[in-house]
Amino acid sequence: MNYNVDEKGYYGEFGGAFIPEMLYPNVENLRQQYLKVMADPTFIAEFDQLLKDYVGRPSPLYFAKRLSERYNTKIYLKREDLNHTGAHKVNNTIGQILMAKRLGKTRIIAETGAGQHGVATATVCALMGMACIVYMGEIDIARQAPNVARMKMLGAEVRPALSGSRTLKDATNEAIRDWINNPVDTHYIIGSAIGPHPYPDMVTRFQSIISEEIKWQLKEKEGKENPDYVVACVGGGSNAAGTFYHFLHEKEVGIIAVEAAGKGIDTGESAATSVLGKEGIIHGCKTLLMQTQDGQITEPYSISAGLDYPGVGPMHAHLYKSGRAEFIAVTDDQAMQAGMQLSKLEGIIPAIESSHAFAVLETKTFKPDDVVVINLSGRGDKDLGTYIDYFKL
Amino acid sequence: MNRINQKLQEDKKLLSIYFTAGYPALNDTVKIIQDLEKNGVDMIEIGLPFSDPLADGPTIQASSTQALTNGMTTAILFEQLKNIRKSVRIPLIIMGYFNPIFQYGVEAFCKKCQEIGIDGLILPDLPLDVYQDQYEDIFKKYGLAHIFLITPQTSDERILKIDAASDGFIYMVSSASVTGSQDGFGNTQEQYFQRIADMHLKNPQIIGFGISNAETFQQATKTASGAIIGSAFVKHLTNHGVEKIPDFIEGILAVKQ
Repeated sequence: MNYNVDEKGYYGEFGGAFIPEMLYPNVENLRQQYLKVMADPTFIAEFDQLLKDYVGRPSPLYFAKRLSERYNTKIYLKREDLNHTGAHKVNNTIGQILMAKRLGKTRIIAETGAGQHGVATATVCALMGMACIVYMGEIDIARQAPNVARMKMLGAEVRPALSGSRTLKDATNEAIRDWINNPVDTHYIIGSAIGPHPYPDMVTRFQSIISEEIKWQLKEKEGKENPDYVVACVGGGSNAAGTFYHFLHEKEVGIIAVEAAGKGIDTGESAATSVLGKEGIIHGCKTLLMQTQDGQITEPYSISAGLDYPGVGPMHAHLYKSGRAEFIAVTDDQAMQAGMQLSKLEGIIPAIESSHAFAVLETKTFKPDDVVVINLSGRGDKDLGTYIDYFKL
Repeated sequence: MNRINQKLQEDKKLLSIYFTAGYPALNDTVKIIQDLEKNGVDMIEIGLPFSDPLADGPTIQASSTQALTNGMTTAILFEQLKNIRKSVRIPLIIMGYFNPIFQYGVEAFCKKCQEIGIDGLILPDLPLDVYQDQYEDIFKKYGLAHIFLITPQTSDERILKIDAASDGFIYMVSSASVTGSQDGFGNTQEQYFQRIADMHLKNPQIIGFGISNAETFQQATKTASGAIIGSAFVKHLTNHGVEKIPDFIEGILAVKQ
């Protein structure tokens, strides 16, 4: 079974480019160019150098001794939380801004939910001196004031998405509309492994630095490149795509994708797309998405603003459908407890997105000699308000 | 022969009107269609509302959101339209996004359209290659024209491909924009209209996006076979309700004659 994208832009039955004609020239140009650009030695050199000197890569692969003792297994944390801007998102925005420059674009647009991708995009636009407009749901703007302020300091214009439910999916709609209205000078930096082909593949490739590093780092520490399990949280799925990429075809590696069950899968307030979603079209690709029987896209819920997306990237839909990955849904409560535990045992306050991945340790039993790599996709600073409210700190 | 092709053979510039089904009120659909025909409109696009209409601006999105709040569904729309051919003769096209149709079942949807007497579909996010690979046979089996869009950025090579795959007409998007975001046409648009006219395509072209009044209608139909008004009509419904439809149409047709 092939888990990578095929020449038509599909992962099994998922993916493709379901876009209005207005977007065709831009998406087609990107499709024709992206692999060539990414294979160009000058591009690779510039990308690698920025990841090293600006982002601070490689990010450590840290053996979590006390957490391992607690669960009687060998747990490693991939420390994406230590990247500049505090999450894995910047790996992709660095790659895409270099791509945009090579495509001759001068204006950057992005969507953001919690604001992490918006901050990562505003950061690289400041770095490259490019105009930056970030679309953000009006409700998210109110919920995520510090990230809005960060984007403004970095020179970005934050435009509120006022339509629909005024959250991430509507911010994405607004960004797509902006691209339709500005087809010549603008590049759209999508933040997750979603959207029309080639976006899911391009974002996955930029994020695959995560699994590339895990391989050689694990070789140094354990004498073998492949762990027994890799674990990552999935909203749209960019950190998971990057964590899984180099292990997709390594059969002995178990792949665990952790979704946000919100208040519980059957409560109507959940974001567990693999369980609650059906095949359909969202934001330009065919994938699993949460929708009504009539095909209207519904609003998901999670305590983590980065996981409440109604769809999942097409690669993940394929990993789910084919059985290659195990999907586990974790509730708000389980995630919050896991975040608190990591803070107490290892001195690391994780982003609530990443806390979901750690909650798997409570629901799944690993063997004492299993090597389990968990992607710590972001740090918890941005979530302090939520932690304070939840634990009455 | 399909009603769309028949209509296009008449020696006139077609006025086509878009409205969102289920807006302003859930059961306004049939009345709006009948009134539009009665007042001289040549063709109608019935909007099947969608929660996330990517190619539409704020006016049509707001009307779609309201229609869904009013309770509009694909099944209800079909129920409302089941006797429409007893009273209406002009071409009727359903315009919407692909996901609701995909969920209904593409073949079941097309079959229902044929039973009702729908002549074509405009689905902006069902692109040419997917249509040709998977759905063209189904659309044709049920006599539905699939109307494709072209824009000022569409290459000549691709326009020819689209022309070859099209039936009915080609929907010319007037400028790089979502619906309802233009205020009249400038030189750039006129050059684009002329460029397409000079390609002598096999399918007639009808221009949409940015047609809001008699003036833009006239500009658009200098070269094209007709024009489509959407957002401006929906706005009129918002401001004046369904009883004042004749006022809106008269204003445009005064120039058309």
